[in-house]
Amino acid sequence: MKKSPLHDIHTRLGAKMVEFAGWNMPVMYRSIIEEHVHTRTKCSVFDVSHMGRLRVRGDDAFDLLQRLCTRNLDGMEPGVCRYSHMCKEDGGILDDLIVSRYEDDWGIVCNASNRDKIVAWIRSQIGRQRVELVDETLETAMVALQGPLAMELAKAMIPIDLSGVKRYRFTSGVYMFTRYTIFRSGYTGEDGYEVVVPVGVVKLLASQLFGEGPDATIRPAGLGARDTLRLEAGMPLYGHELGEDIDSVSAGQAWCVDLEKDFVGAEAMRRAQSAGRARTLVGLELEGRRTARQHFAVLHGGQRVGEVTSGCLSPTLGKSIAMALIAPEHAESGTELGVDFGGRPNPARVVKLPFYKRAK
Amino acid sequence: MSYPNDRKYTESHEWVQVQGNVATMGITQFAADELTDITYVDLPAIGTAVSAGSPCGEIESVKATSEFLSAVDGKVTAVNTELADHPEWVNQDAYGKGWMVRVELGSAGVPANLMDAEAYTRHVSA
Repeated sequence: MKKSPLHDIHTRLGAKMVEFAGWNMPVMYRSIIEEHVHTRTKCSVFDVSHMGRLRVRGDDAFDLLQRLCTRNLDGMEPGVCRYSHMCKEDGGILDDLIVSRYEDDWGIVCNASNRDKIVAWIRSQIGRQRVELVDETLETAMVALQGPLAMELAKAMIPIDLSGVKRYRFTSGVYMFTRYTIFRSGYTGEDGYEVVVPVGVVKLLASQLFGEGPDATIRPAGLGARDTLRLEAGMPLYGHELGEDIDSVSAGQAWCVDLEKDFVGAEAMRRAQSAGRARTLVGLELEGRRTARQHFAVLHGGQRVGEVTSGCLSPTLGKSIAMALIAPEHAESGTELGVDFGGRPNPARVVKLPFYKRAK
Repeated sequence: MSYPNDRKYTESHEWVQVQGNVATMGITQFAADELTDITYVDLPAIGTAVSAGSPCGEIESVKATSEFLSAVDGKVTAVNTELADHPEWVNQDAYGKGWMVRVELGSAGVPANLMDAEAYTRHVSA
């Protein structure tokens, strides 16, 4: 199993470690709910070194990525990043990722669970194009700083000018012989930064960020809180809302698809769009405090109309929430549905996503 | 982690404390930590007959839903209704405020295969 370069710090802080996509990672340090609340109210630091970090170079890098990504990458200036999917010919989603335009090349941050697959997929698609793909995952580390205080704290701690870095932009360069990239992005619904540095220096950075003691402003948070935070923010997770058995349009992510351009999977998605979607992604609010889990059936008048993809007891709202892929005719907000808890239906109502939106 | 000596343990990580013919049950700190933050505890109705090794409730956490198995045969005489509003007590005080079910023991008494604290410590570190 792969270890994050920050593994020693996690174990010293008493983190509960779990296997995640072949990596030994912290699921929590103190309490998932407490870490969630701290992220919503102050600032948390997350080790996300397990995520795949790739660079794509060469004269044809843009052409290749433009053909593989659902999102239109045209007009991206250096310092801009965009969320996109990569799909198969049949529209099935291979991964969701962040594509970044550097001065001389392109960067990709992909899911840890899909890294090998995406590396192999991109390589298989290069053909005769002049493109070089470099997997920098193991030579680098990635740390996310998220929360309403993240901006102000990062500006005080990081000796790099971040004032021009707006949402979904990044800055990269070399500081004290250290190559860095700082993205203004995240997976929590809060504002913040994601920092990529070489493995050799990440401990130095982390020693400043991984605060100890209950009074620390920045506290570490694990993958458990990351999951409940992204769910409240209505963000999809590969393997739950997204997978190879569903296309981006049906998965409710048409906003990151440009059907006007040609890309692998476009034909299938145009067909899905014109034939009417078989499924659509909705938010559900459940009565009571029980948690709907992935694959629980969603019911309408006793009939199965879809299934839950993710659920949790929302720490921010104090309600049981879930995302579900259901038949579009039941997807209107306010529709009364049920979720099947092993033969016991629990009332649920369709609500707009996201469940949580931060104050601007 | 240490486990109190005044009670017995099951392989499935419940504890049971017997006083006279009444058994009080809950889950161990090890189980509570493994589940992570507990968000909901579904407990049986008073009067329900329970049997050793069979489910008598469900415990939901942020990460998972798992069954709570009875450690003994008997009849439910009380459940910890306060857990409805304070499921986090199971994480915070697994052997005290986090108790779940009280049972009047059946004629079979306490099963012989329950572990003492020392054996349970070996069980969880195995």
